[in-house]
Amino acid sequence: MDAKIVVNNIKKQFKDLPVVDGVSLSVKDGEFVAIVGPSGCGKSTLMKIIAGFEASSEGEIRIDGVVRHGPSPKGIAISQHGSVFPWLTVQQNLMFGLNGDRHGDKAALADHYADMVGLKGFENSYPHELSGGMLKRVEIARALVVKPEILYMDEPFSALDALMNLKMRNELLRILGEERHTVLLITHDVEEALFMADRVLVLSPRPARIQAVFEVPHPHPRKLSHPELQQMKEQILQELGVTV
Amino acid sequence: MEKLKTILPPLAVLIALIALWWVVVVQTESVIFPTPGQVVTGTMELVEDGTLWEQIGASLFRVGCGFGLAALVAIPLGLWMGRVDAAYITLNPIFQILRPISPIAWIPLAILWFGVGNLSPVFLIFIASVFPMIVQTAAGVHTIEKRYLRAADNFGVSRYVLFRQVIIPAVLPEIIVGMRIALGVAWLVVVAAEMIALRSGLGYLIMDSRNAGNRYDLVIAGMVIIGIIGLILDAVMRKLEGLKSVRWRYGR
Repeated sequence: MDAKIVVNNIKKQFKDLPVVDGVSLSVKDGEFVAIVGPSGCGKSTLMKIIAGFEASSEGEIRIDGVVRHGPSPKGIAISQHGSVFPWLTVQQNLMFGLNGDRHGDKAALADHYADMVGLKGFENSYPHELSGGMLKRVEIARALVVKPEILYMDEPFSALDALMNLKMRNELLRILGEERHTVLLITHDVEEALFMADRVLVLSPRPARIQAVFEVPHPHPRKLSHPELQQMKEQILQELGVTV
Repeated sequence: MEKLKTILPPLAVLIALIALWWVVVVQTESVIFPTPGQVVTGTMELVEDGTLWEQIGASLFRVGCGFGLAALVAIPLGLWMGRVDAAYITLNPIFQILRPISPIAWIPLAILWFGVGNLSPVFLIFIASVFPMIVQTAAGVHTIEKRYLRAADNFGVSRYVLFRQVIIPAVLPEIIVGMRIALGVAWLVVVAAEMIALRSGLGYLIMDSRNAGNRYDLVIAGMVIIGIIGLILDAVMRKLEGLKSVRWRYGR
């Protein structure tokens, strides 16, 4: 039972259009796997299936060896546009997933994570009073509060400006250093994938298949200017059909 | 200073209109049509003998009852229709047929069923305000963005939390818009209903003033008061839109 997530020959079609065509992969406990692919290749659909929001046409997903039916708080999804509730304050958002009595002092727990992602002092702010980067922190903290074992991230930072994007990568790695989660990241940004992931999977154009796999054994913090990473970036881009 | 800029222009137009009205009445030497001055004197008369407050109270009471009942029915019904597709498919066409019928058209039926007491106008206001609120609430549920429902699903919250912390706050701005529309219509209808059937209220005041001796000064006084109260009701509903928990929706 080594693998945390096992994706077994997933296929998905909308009407007659095949979107995902037989994807199999497995993610170890605590591993950070990035999936890169051209836009429109079906990677978001694949993520929705793995996170449990959509059913696949064929194949199955196992989490800890158990076949998945629908989403669960064990794995929290973070997407491009975010889903921080605009009608709740930051603290209320963080406490949202804490139902039942098993969490003890919810407000204290929420404040701990607010602090961890750098939201101290903003607990009582409403989302529309925050910047895009802050919102992303709220979203990450809200996921972490429920102590998920897995984070599903679908283009989590691509709605941010370039600078904030770089900053959030570092922040995420720092947080992951404190609490080791299994992460599945979907992105079209090759550098983002190389900077953070232990393994990078490259998807083909639609219908999505796994076309190539790259191990990234380099320790953190990484420098993207490292020759090996640069070389790997070129190889991945080549796989994606981009020559530089 | 900024506030002055938004108050001064309409005030200037208002004063110009009143001046024009005054000049025209004086110039034409009309015997029946009152000058603004006479309207003010007439209003003071009503204030002094207390009938004005009585009529305003009667109208507001009817609106309060009919509108309150409508809200109690419409909001839960709208939420239910928004969430349960079968309920929406079944009920929505019926409400769409009933909605465009002017509440005024219900007056004969209201009198037949409820007589000319307080129940008739309360019923009419209920009819007038229930449909906009149902439709707006159900539409509000339908426009909740999927990402929010998905997040709630992801965290595996109970149905209670889903309603309390996601669906109701997400729809609240739409509910408030529905309430504003409904209250506006309710106020229109109460005056119309009182003109036809009742012995109290602002609508009655207007009709009675005409019938009991062509007191057009009181007719116009009644109209102005109806307008001002309508404005105040709308302002109160607008205040609700300023609540922090709904402000996200209105982009301010």
